[in-house]
Amino acid sequence: MSGGANIEGRSRGDRVYRWITTASAFVVPILLGLIAWEVFAAGWPALSKFGIGFFTTSDWDPVKGNFGAAPALFGTIVSSLLALVIATPLAIGVAVFLSEFAPRPVRQAVAFFVDLLAAIPSVVYGLWGILVLVPFLRGHIMPFFRDTLHLGATPFFSGPAYGPSMLAGGVILAIMILPYISAVTREVLVAVPRAQREAALALGATRWEMIWDAVLPFARSGIIGGVILGLGRALGETMAVTMVIGNRHEISASLLAPGYTMASVIANEFSEATSELHVASLMAVGAGLFIVTVIVNVIARWLVWRTGGARPA
Amino acid sequence: MTAAAQGTARRDAATRSYRELIARSTARTLARRRVMARVMIGSTYLAAIVATLPLILIVWHLLERGASSLNWNFFTHMPAPSGEAGGGMANAIVGTGMILLIASVVGLPIGIASGLYLAEQRGARLATAVRFLSDVLNGLPSILLGIFAWQLLVRPFKHFSALAGGMALAAMTIPLVARTTEEMIRLVPVSMREAALALGYTKWRTSLSVVLRTALPGIVTGALVAVARIAGETAPLLFTAFGNQFWSVSPFQPIAALPTQIYNYAISPFDDWHSQAWAGALILIGLVLVISLAARFVTRNRFGLAAD
Repeated sequence: MSGGANIEGRSRGDRVYRWITTASAFVVPILLGLIAWEVFAAGWPALSKFGIGFFTTSDWDPVKGNFGAAPALFGTIVSSLLALVIATPLAIGVAVFLSEFAPRPVRQAVAFFVDLLAAIPSVVYGLWGILVLVPFLRGHIMPFFRDTLHLGATPFFSGPAYGPSMLAGGVILAIMILPYISAVTREVLVAVPRAQREAALALGATRWEMIWDAVLPFARSGIIGGVILGLGRALGETMAVTMVIGNRHEISASLLAPGYTMASVIANEFSEATSELHVASLMAVGAGLFIVTVIVNVIARWLVWRTGGARPA
Repeated sequence: MTAAAQGTARRDAATRSYRELIARSTARTLARRRVMARVMIGSTYLAAIVATLPLILIVWHLLERGASSLNWNFFTHMPAPSGEAGGGMANAIVGTGMILLIASVVGLPIGIASGLYLAEQRGARLATAVRFLSDVLNGLPSILLGIFAWQLLVRPFKHFSALAGGMALAAMTIPLVARTTEEMIRLVPVSMREAALALGYTKWRTSLSVVLRTALPGIVTGALVAVARIAGETAPLLFTAFGNQFWSVSPFQPIAALPTQIYNYAISPFDDWHSQAWAGALILIGLVLVISLAARFVTRNRFGLAAD
């Protein structure tokens, strides 16, 4: 029954199984390494030709063979920060509402809606953005800021209201990252010990003071982690932004002016790039995007882990 | 009245007014604090309303504009040329199915196998690294996977292909599935593994027919969630599957897909194409929702350990 051959066969099966799972586990590190290598290698001709000037000059002219990605870098940062400024207070508000105040059925309904926001594909946000949001911004919001509030005098709201603009990009990004920030914040808030809340109430704090002085400070680094995670998503978000931001290689202080982001430059120009240098420049933009998002994500995860909130999806 | 009595009276009066002052001021700050609490708590309610508003608007517009251009032709006809009303997205619907099939066939087994590794070699240095790198890969913008797949699978062969698109999406499923599989397998009690080993099962049969099988509903859910997530991806397909106005199911030819078709139609200046884009978006969201609901259904309906 237990002949030598049988035992041999058993251990061979185990070895094969072990070998297959280990090889599979190597796929993720290899993939990541390959992505980094391929993108950097393909972008190297542009990086070596233009040097650091690639990210600091703003002349992007495929015909003359001049490539400076500063407007894309600028647009990526500004649209993402704008999105954070809009989404963060809302997301924290939603998370506090859901974890502290909402009656159970409302909580489930709102949580479901907010989760659903995260399930909508980027291109559908873009479709809605280009056909509904942009006309609305152009017709109502932009004139309101520029003329009614007289902010047109400041550089931030000056110039004609095109519609596709940095503002539109920021708003659509805010809608898209809100569910991520609020989901992480909610998890972190739920992880705040009950004693923390009871102690604050016992000292005579109102329910708001309990949240503001006892709960939020406790959860602070986790919340910051969630916000940075949202930032990571916003930086790399491609389709929706490409569809509403206007796609113009220009740096403008005005939020009403069209702009560009790193991801949307790639999405928009890659299939039309004919010269080797143009492709290499787009790859170099991709390399920059790679570095920025990896750094931002690593910081975010570290912060969330440190607070002991659950692992974000 | 004596001077002393006058002094006492005055002192009493002073004390009284002082007390009143304190009472008044504490009452006022307490009132102010209460108002503050009301306002701030109210503003969290407001935040919840404002946050759900875009979703309601998006769904409303999708239903309103998508449903009106949705008919049977949409599923059975090919795209109409610009300026011509009607037409459908039959090729894009089939194309999306094809790409998802390629991505699932390649990505899911690798993801599940590496999830098994992560759960079984929990403390190994490779496992820690893979867990961390999976999160990094997850956070990478999907457009980078697009240019990566282009560089690897399109550039050398000099033409776009369904295969390249499927591979780009497969790369997105692997880290997702690896992490959910790991979590689901960890939920299986060690005693089950020990019982199987004690009965003389080999390690690999224990892992596959006892542990993996027990965790299967949860793993299937994780796989479906991953597929739902890649179903709507556009950026990785732009320079890999590319899109195709004609009928094609060949893995080695450019292929149409719902997301890329929606994108192309949305940025076009034609009203007919816009309404086609709305209909396509409605179908795409429907597809994502059906897959997500199926994912919940799988865990709810068996008594897998994964059911929450």
